[in-house]
This record gives sequence, structure tokens and C-alpha cells, in this order.
Amino acid sequence: MMDSMMPVFLWTDIMIWGLFILIVMGIVQILHDPQKRAQWHSVFQSKTAMVSVLVLLVYFSIALLDSVHFKNTPDAQDVTNSNTHKELISVLDMGLEHLIQNTERTYSAPFALHEYSSTVVYGENGQVQQVYLPLKHVAQHIDMDKSLVTYDVLTQIVWALMGALSLLMGIAIFHSYFYLNSLARQTAEVKQQRLPWGMAYLTLFSITFIGLAFYILSFDYHVLGTNKVGEDVLYQSLKSIRTGVLIGGLTTVVMLPLALLLGISAGYFKGWIDDVIQYLYTTLNSIPGVLLIAAAVLVMQSIMSTHADWFGSTEERADMRLLFLILILGMTSWTGLCRLLRAETLKISQIEYVTAAKAFGLKPFTIIRRHVFPNLVHLILIALVLDFSGLVLAEAVLSYVGVGVDPTMPSWGNMINQARLEMAREPMVWWSLVSAFIFMFILVLAANLFADRVQWVLNPRSEK
Amino acid sequence: MFAYIVRRLLFAVPILIGVNLITFALFFMVNTPDDMARAQLGAKQTTPEMIQAWKVDHGYDKPLFVNQSAEGASLLTDTLFVQESLKLFSFDFGQSDSGRQISSDIYERMWPSLAIALPTFIIGLVTNIAIALLIVLFRGSTLDSVTMGVAVAIMSISGLFYIIAGQVLFSKTWHWVPISGYAEGLEGLKFLVLPVLIGVFAGIGAGIRWYRSIFLEEINKDYVRTARAKGLSEIKVLFGHVLQNGLLPILTGVVVVIPSLFMGSLIMESFFGIPGLGSYTIDAIQSQDFGIVKAMVFLGSVLYIIGLILTDISYTYFDPRVKLS
Repeated sequence: MMDSMMPVFLWTDIMIWGLFILIVMGIVQILHDPQKRAQWHSVFQSKTAMVSVLVLLVYFSIALLDSVHFKNTPDAQDVTNSNTHKELISVLDMGLEHLIQNTERTYSAPFALHEYSSTVVYGENGQVQQVYLPLKHVAQHIDMDKSLVTYDVLTQIVWALMGALSLLMGIAIFHSYFYLNSLARQTAEVKQQRLPWGMAYLTLFSITFIGLAFYILSFDYHVLGTNKVGEDVLYQSLKSIRTGVLIGGLTTVVMLPLALLLGISAGYFKGWIDDVIQYLYTTLNSIPGVLLIAAAVLVMQSIMSTHADWFGSTEERADMRLLFLILILGMTSWTGLCRLLRAETLKISQIEYVTAAKAFGLKPFTIIRRHVFPNLVHLILIALVLDFSGLVLAEAVLSYVGVGVDPTMPSWGNMINQARLEMAREPMVWWSLVSAFIFMFILVLAANLFADRVQWVLNPRSEK
Repeated sequence: MFAYIVRRLLFAVPILIGVNLITFALFFMVNTPDDMARAQLGAKQTTPEMIQAWKVDHGYDKPLFVNQSAEGASLLTDTLFVQESLKLFSFDFGQSDSGRQISSDIYERMWPSLAIALPTFIIGLVTNIAIALLIVLFRGSTLDSVTMGVAVAIMSISGLFYIIAGQVLFSKTWHWVPISGYAEGLEGLKFLVLPVLIGVFAGIGAGIRWYRSIFLEEINKDYVRTARAKGLSEIKVLFGHVLQNGLLPILTGVVVVIPSLFMGSLIMESFFGIPGLGSYTIDAIQSQDFGIVKAMVFLGSVLYIIGLILTDISYTYFDPRVKLS
């Protein structure tokens, strides 16, 4: 690449990497604490939990890759090329550059060789013809021979299969080295901790195989078709992952400090503090959620349109809007967890050892840190993973209403919204909708299944 | 009882004032009438005179809290806060930006909303409870785990997708029902079938999981064990005891929802072209009509608070152990 690259840190980039660091710190903590380790061990003993965590990991990594941005300043000689470039590109964009470049004129079906609708063309002698124009960036290496296309696709899939297998073998060798090592040291214990590795390998294989196949094929075909302006649907779906994961993940992180602070204070200090906080969340709760969000986003939109000079590129502007949306969603969704934490703190502060600690004259902050907070962690974790999927789904609905993410930002909500108009076409353009649906469904399903398992294991009240 | 209701109603007043303050702050302090005017008139070629004219036109030309140019009582009453916000308490919603009376709009649009929300709610409730009871009867079996798996899958699909898929299949491909529209009376039935069915189906996943957990909690209690020990059949135990005692938690969830039925379903109505309150709100949001959005936020919170009070009252009615004080 000839262009000079300058790293750019968008607000949401910083936040998602911050979340990543928090998660890593959490994992390190869990590994050091034998009790927590045993607990999480039993989370992963379930096959569904194992599969859904791997899926979530893949989504999260894509979101992370898409959250390292560079400013793309084209060289002076390269001006002709500059309009095909976006102002900001991420690491993910670099890997998928061919998908950005291979833009067609209009709709095309998955693996199609021609455009989806016919175009009027004037022949050499001036006669009018209805033709399906061939796509510009498809199967150039095999000269459009239909019989060869199937062969070509199959060959590439076989390559993907071999690639996935060799990758998996590498992981397996690595894994078995550690497994055998620990087996040699503490046989009984290791044998006892049986995790569903078979299922894990199967999932990993499916993901890498499908991912590789799509990636290899995407150089020569539009695997999931193209949309109205000829953009590759696979690229859009992949870019939407960042939006979905960010809204689901960061909103819970934004609301957490507020819910924690207010919930624990209300439950621990009681009295007027409790009254004020209760009043606060009852008031916020009594405003219908969608309306409050819509009203706040509306206000934010009009502020942004009157102060257009605050933001640099369109991407920065869209990112600012995403950040606002996340903040607004966070502000409206802390009430549930806050109420839960208040009730639990009320209960905990009645327990003897807390009363004893109070009698010893320990400072409230110390008591909360040592006795109250550790007893709330499971509730917080359960609430966080439960909220995630709801927020991903909410993004789609909000974007449809027009108060979601910026229309220029790739998101499943925007894709579904556009697809709605495409449904009315004859014949129907179904692939954007189906792709958005599948990408979203897999993420939400994995999150739901994982949340179920976490709740079941961490909640002391669930019957096991 | 009466004193209790009065007290709860009085308690609602500060909450409604709070709601009002929040919407007021959002609409008139964060986003000033000047911004609104600029957004409505188009940002580029607006002169201060045009903005002023728009504000006078819509009654937004008054100061926020204190009107220093007025005298006497109107020092405080002739302000935006009193005129635009406190008026809501007398259910005087004023006019929308397009000049229509909001209250009459709401009254007109309430019925289509109810026509779609009420059947969705009742059919959904009955189906969810029936399925939940059925799988509690077969708890621990393959049927149980398969149903729960399906329920999670149903929950994981965006509601938008159900609507689009339903319209494509039933209206576009099979032509069983019209794609969208609304008519009053029996005529309207064909317009309502699809949205109601989709509404029921979209809620089924979360519904049966919720009711199943309620019933499962109930089924492990002592009195159920006693009933079984007496030799009652499992079905009698379920319907006679578990269902009856599970009513209370079910009630809590249900009563809160009832007032919100008036608000209609935002998404459903706008997809199916039903002229209810939901589509009213969406249209208002999209055309940035603050008067309507403000009225709907207020109405929504009033209904929510009524729902909470109704829940408490119904508690005493169904469970003599709960005493209101």
C-alpha cells in the first residue's frame, strides 16, 4: 500500500479495548482463585456453553480487529484512486480490501455472474436490447465458463477445508503438549476436569472452515451477493459485527458504575439516600424505554446537525453518534440492575458478619468492598450477560425507527431496514436480509445460551 | 383500601413531575427551540427572523422558567415550562407541529392500537401458560429440553425478521391476507390476523421460559408434595394447585403490561400500516414533532404508574394474605 497511515483512536475503539483489558484482568483473577476457577470450570463443562463462548470469541475478535483504525491519506500521485478509499480504515478493512474495491453497479445474487436485473443496452447498430450485464469483479480468472464455476468453487472449498484442518492440527499439537504436561504432573486431577474438548474442536473446525471458505471465495465471487449500490453483502455483515458487539458490550459497561454506585448506596445507607435513589429510578423507569431513547437520540441528532463542525470525517461523526447511543442506552438501562443490587444489599447488610463489622466500627467503604461487593458479583455478571443479547436486538429495532446508529454506519439494523424495501422488488432481493439475520441470530443465540449457563452455575438459588 | 389508593396516587405526582422535568430538559434546555426551528426549517438558509416566526407560530417563543417581561402571576405562568409541560397534567396535550389537536388524535388512534394489542396479549398469555404447563408436566424429559431450546432460538431472532418474513410469506407469496392497512369492524379482521399472530409468536419464547420458571418454583413447594401424597393426579396438581398459586407472580407481570396496551406496538403498527398510537409515535419521532413525542412520553408514564397501582390492588384481591397498609 502506497498510502501513508496514521493511527486514529476513536472513542469507541478505546472503550472496546478497555473492555477487552477488563475481561483479560477478570480471567487472570479467576485463574488465581481456586473457588472461582472451579465455578467457571463447571460453566464450560456444558457443551452449549463451550460452543457459544467460542462463537462469542470469534465475534469479539472481529469487533476488536475492526476497532484499530488508521487515517488513510492517499499520496499525491494516487489521487485518482482516492475516491475508492474511505477516510478511515481498520485492520479488518485491510484484510478485506478486495471486498471494498470489488464494488459492482447494483444488486447481484450470491455467486451470480450477472447483475440481478436487466439493463437496456444500445447495440452497435443502434437496436435496443435487454441484457443482464456481467459483473465486473467476478470469476475473472476462469473466463465466465459456467461449468467451470462449480468446479472452481469446489476447488476453493477443498483448499479451505485443508487450511482449516492444518490450522486445527497446529492447535491440537499445541493443546496436547500442555495437556500431557499437566497430565504428567497431576494425573488424577487433570483427568477429573473433563471439558467437552471434542465439541470445542468441532466448533472451531466449523468456524475456521466456513470462515476460510468464505474468505478464499470472496476474492472471486460475491459470496452473499451485493446490495443496491453494489457493495458486497458479506463485507457489510462483517462490518456490522463491530456495531452489534459494541452496543451490546459497551452499554452494559457504561451502565455498570451507575447501577453499582446507586444500588449499593441505596441498599446500604437506607434513609433519605434510599428514597432519592428509588425516586430516581422509578421516574426513569416509568418513561417507556423506546420513547425515552428516541427522544434522547432525537435531541442528540439535532445537536449534531447544528454543530457539524465538531466532528472530522463522516466516520468520526458516525462513531460519535454510536457513542451517544451507547451512553443513552446505558442511562436508560441501569435501573433494573440498580433495583436488584439495592434489594440484595439490603439483605446482605442484615447478615450477622456485616452487623459485626459495623459494630467494630469499620468504615462503610471497607465493609462494602470486603463484604457486600463480593456477594454481588454473581448478580452483576448474570445481569451483564443477560442484557447483552437484548441490546443487540434493540439496535436493530432502533435503527429501523430511525433513532439507532448513523445510516452510513454498517449495522444489522440498517441492513434489515434497507432489505425491507428490497422485499417489495419483483423478484425479491432476499440475501441482505437473510445475511443480516443469520449473522445477528448466531451472535444473539450464542449470548443467550451462554447467559443461561452462567446464570445456572453462578446463581446460588438455581436448583442443580 | 381507599386511603391506600389515594396515597399511591399522590405518590405518583412527584414521579410525573420528574418525568416532565426530564422531557422538558431534553426538549427545551438541551435542544433549545432555536435548534428545533433550525432543524424544521432546514439548517442552511435560516434567518433569525424566520426562527423567531417559527417559534411564535408554535408557541415556543416564551422564556423557560421565569418570564421577566410579564407581571403578576403570569411572571411564572407565561413560560414554556407551565405552558408546554405542566399543562400535560390536565391532559391538555396541545397541538402538534402540523397543527392538529393531539388529544383527539390520541383518542382516535387508541382503538386500532387496542384492536391489535389486546388480542395479541390475550392469545399470547393463554398460549404461553398452556405450553408452559404442558412442558412442566413433562419436565426433565426430551420434550422439555427440546421446547426450551426452541424457545431460546425464538427469543434470539429479531422481531423485525418475524414481521418481514410473515409479510413475505403470508401476504406476498400466498396472498392469504393483505400486506398492510386497516379497516374498522369485522372488515378489519383480515388486516389484524397476521400482526396478531406474529406478535404472539415473537413473544412465545420469552413467555414460556418465564411461566415455566414460575411453575417450577411452585411445584417444589411443600403443599404440592402434600397434594401428591394425597394421591392427586399430576394433572390435578398442576391445574388445581400450581396454576392457582402461580397466578400471583403471573399477575404481577400481566397487570403492568395492560395499560401499555393502549400505547400500541411501535414497530408492528408502522410495518402493517395500522393507524394506532405506535405508528403515531414513530411518525412523530421521524418528523421530529416534539409536541407529540412529549405527549406520548407523558401518557406512557401515566399508564405505567396506573399499572403499578393496579398490580398492588389486584394482589389483595387474589391473595388475602397480602394486606395493604
